Amino acid sequence: MQAQLPLYPEQASNFAPHVDGLMLFISTICLFFAVAITLAIVFFFFKYHRHEAHAVGAPFHGDLRLEATWMILPLILAMAMFSWGAVIYVDYRRMPQDTLDIYVIGKQWMWKMQQPNGIREINELHVPVGRNIRLVLASEDVIHDFFVPAFRVKMDVVPGHYNMMWFRPTKPGRYHFFCSQYCGTNHAVMGGWVTVMEPSDYAAWLAGARGGEANPVVAGEKLFTEKACITCHVANGTGRAPSLNGVYGAEVLLADGSKVTADDAYIRESILQPAAKIVAGYQPLMPTYQGQVTEEQILALTAYIKSLQSQPVPPKGAGIAPTAGKK
Amino acid sequence: MSEPFLPPQHKEPHEDYLNATYGIRSWLLTTDHKRIALLYLVSVTFFFFVGGIFATMIRIHLLTPSGALVTPETYNKLFTMHGVAMIFFFLIPSIPAVLGNFLIPLMIGAKDLAFPKINLLSWYIYIIGGCFVLYSFGTGGLDTGWTFYTPLSSIYSNSAVTPAVIGIFINGFSSILTGLNFIVTIHTMRAPGMTWFRLPLFVWAHYATSLVMILGTPVVAITLLLAGLERMFHLGFFNPALGGDPILFQHLFWFYSHPAVYIMILPSMGVVSEIIPTLARKPIFGYSFIAGSSIAIAVVGFLVWAHHMFVTGESTYAALTFSFLSYLVAIPSAVKVFNWTATLYKGSISWDTPMLYALGFIGLFLIGGLTGLFLACLGLDIHIHDTYFVIAHFHYIMVGGAVMGYLGGLHFWWPKITNKLYPESLSRLAAVILFIGFNLTFFPQFILGYLGMPRRYHTYPPEFQVLNVLSTAGASILALGYLLPMAYFAWCMRYGKTAGMNPWPATGLEWKAPSPPPTENFLVTPEVNWEPYDFHSRPDLGLAAGAPLAPAHGDD
Repeated sequence: MQAQLPLYPEQASNFAPHVDGLMLFISTICLFFAVAITLAIVFFFFKYHRHEAHAVGAPFHGDLRLEATWMILPLILAMAMFSWGAVIYVDYRRMPQDTLDIYVIGKQWMWKMQQPNGIREINELHVPVGRNIRLVLASEDVIHDFFVPAFRVKMDVVPGHYNMMWFRPTKPGRYHFFCSQYCGTNHAVMGGWVTVMEPSDYAAWLAGARGGEANPVVAGEKLFTEKACITCHVANGTGRAPSLNGVYGAEVLLADGSKVTADDAYIRESILQPAAKIVAGYQPLMPTYQGQVTEEQILALTAYIKSLQSQPVPPKGAGIAPTAGKK
Repeated sequence: MSEPFLPPQHKEPHEDYLNATYGIRSWLLTTDHKRIALLYLVSVTFFFFVGGIFATMIRIHLLTPSGALVTPETYNKLFTMHGVAMIFFFLIPSIPAVLGNFLIPLMIGAKDLAFPKINLLSWYIYIIGGCFVLYSFGTGGLDTGWTFYTPLSSIYSNSAVTPAVIGIFINGFSSILTGLNFIVTIHTMRAPGMTWFRLPLFVWAHYATSLVMILGTPVVAITLLLAGLERMFHLGFFNPALGGDPILFQHLFWFYSHPAVYIMILPSMGVVSEIIPTLARKPIFGYSFIAGSSIAIAVVGFLVWAHHMFVTGESTYAALTFSFLSYLVAIPSAVKVFNWTATLYKGSISWDTPMLYALGFIGLFLIGGLTGLFLACLGLDIHIHDTYFVIAHFHYIMVGGAVMGYLGGLHFWWPKITNKLYPESLSRLAAVILFIGFNLTFFPQFILGYLGMPRRYHTYPPEFQVLNVLSTAGASILALGYLLPMAYFAWCMRYGKTAGMNPWPATGLEWKAPSPPPTENFLVTPEVNWEPYDFHSRPDLGLAAGAPLAPAHGDD
């Protein structure tokens, strides 16, 4: 399709045409200024070349109207670039509602992906065309970065944080992804391929894929028992810690009176730094699990807690903020 | 001209800073700002060579997709050490510590900097810092990237990170002391009649640079120290497993390291603001706008750091703010370019070598600055962040801009520093070679970046090879361009023609001192009663008045 020396990568996501349009806009403005200034300099260079050794240039010192012009005009153009860029950026950052969520974990020097039904892949990612895909990114060690040039998407994968990114693939095919944040020795080979498939092919692939032994909810439930979470977080609300039924996505009332939404990041923090946010009415008894659970295990626990969304919330001992008694 | 050459002491009977005293002690214990400038000249040239060798190996390695030369470990060390040597030990000190040191007292009519001993101390601090860094290079090398991002640098890297961060920490004080020295000198030691708005724009640029050095450098010094402490003693500042935050490191690091770009480029802009009016024999267009834009760049430059972090997951509001402020800082840079161009209009433009460097600077800085607009753009930065687009952009600014300015300045003031003239045709040729070689090296990298080649890759998909080969070809031309000036500068020290006091001629005070200047700079304290770059009311220059011209630089 593309020439031997293409100027831009393939356009394979909802963002790509917008980003390339913006690129063309800024390039045009910059090319205009670059050419205008270069031509002026080259013209003056030859036109006013000193032919007589004692010659002196014309003595003028400046012009306020000119100064104002070449401050205000570039400022207006710069604000146009800023605004267009801001609009696209907000689009990148505003997650759509109906996403297909895939967990991506970076570690030196490989990528582990987990599909919603638990199927795992390494350095490969299969997604259906036309669906909004949301990637939840976590790192086991240093900072990595998930970069798909054909989608024009990129997001750092930062240890201690969950970062989110989304895109909608628009064209079936196989596309390179790279680690784009330097992460040590094999940084350059920490990449792989995104395979964009027709929805029916994707469904068939999901059904036939191997390596899906552990459904994350099942794995999380097992961990919940193994790590003795269950001894305090009793489902009916009678334990020393709040019941987790219905907590995912709901508002939680904290001891200091503030409220926080129980999302992935909150759950992760509560596992690793339990003292950071204490639920109202409870003591800070929980030990930290820092260093005792991997990012993958945290994701499994989160998946399990998410699955408790549909479980009946006990009237007492739930930790959910009373006003937000949804579900 | 076929003058018989004579050793310098026969030709210049007066005592100058070079022949005032002899012996290694007289150099290592000197407090003369001109000698300290030459000490810096030798030291930064050494680090430029070190960094340049690493760069050469990088470009050779990238000739083939699988990597032609070294192992992944070594490649990672090469680009890290290239960055550390070039940024902290060449680019940041280059113009301020060499040309600024030599010229600021001369330009304002002072005998020396305000604190001559501190000036010498800052060179020793630089050397000690440099030794730590060379020790790190020699004992296992450094593989963190020059940005030292945590927790890679503080926990995971197995290379010699600790001596390197100690070296950069120490070296920071050299920068701080130089900045302090410049600011005090400019405030307190101006000659009678040298008002603020008669200062050469080179001095304004260095004033702005010194502000950044004093306010920014402590932050990076402490940040790297914290990373070192986390590495040595497992204190949790940046490592999330110890309760730290790796993003905090990036905020602190870029709080200095973005303004550091202005430490590199502002002095170059100062050089260009001297060369253009002098060689166009014309007052600079918009003096106060160029002076003011230097200060504006220094101030606003402190408020844009988080534009390096648009893809770290920082809040959307922070990203919007920093993108907006980054666009603002583009305006004063644009103002300078427009004013330089306007200065050429109806000038009497000489084609001497410094002019070629100055115009080369404008051309390359133009591309570097304009591509900054792409990176400041939130919607575009997501795609091009951490790709070769960024590599190309900052090399256009820091090598295309800063180094062209540095070499232009050396060519412009070499007659003052040494009283020697370098070969004209060869030096013009070198400027043209540098310009062509530079563009061939780095322009293909913009395209590579947009196509999606990430930076710091020792191996890459084969579709990127053609552009990489072009880039390496350009680099070999560029290398020739850098070697030529070193060769003919050394050659002309012995064989060059005598330059005389004011060969261009120029209006600045430094050209009223003998060449080379005596230790005390001026035989009598000068008094300034003229405006800067005013060629019309200066009969002493022998120009419009028709008086015979001093032996100029072979101008036709």
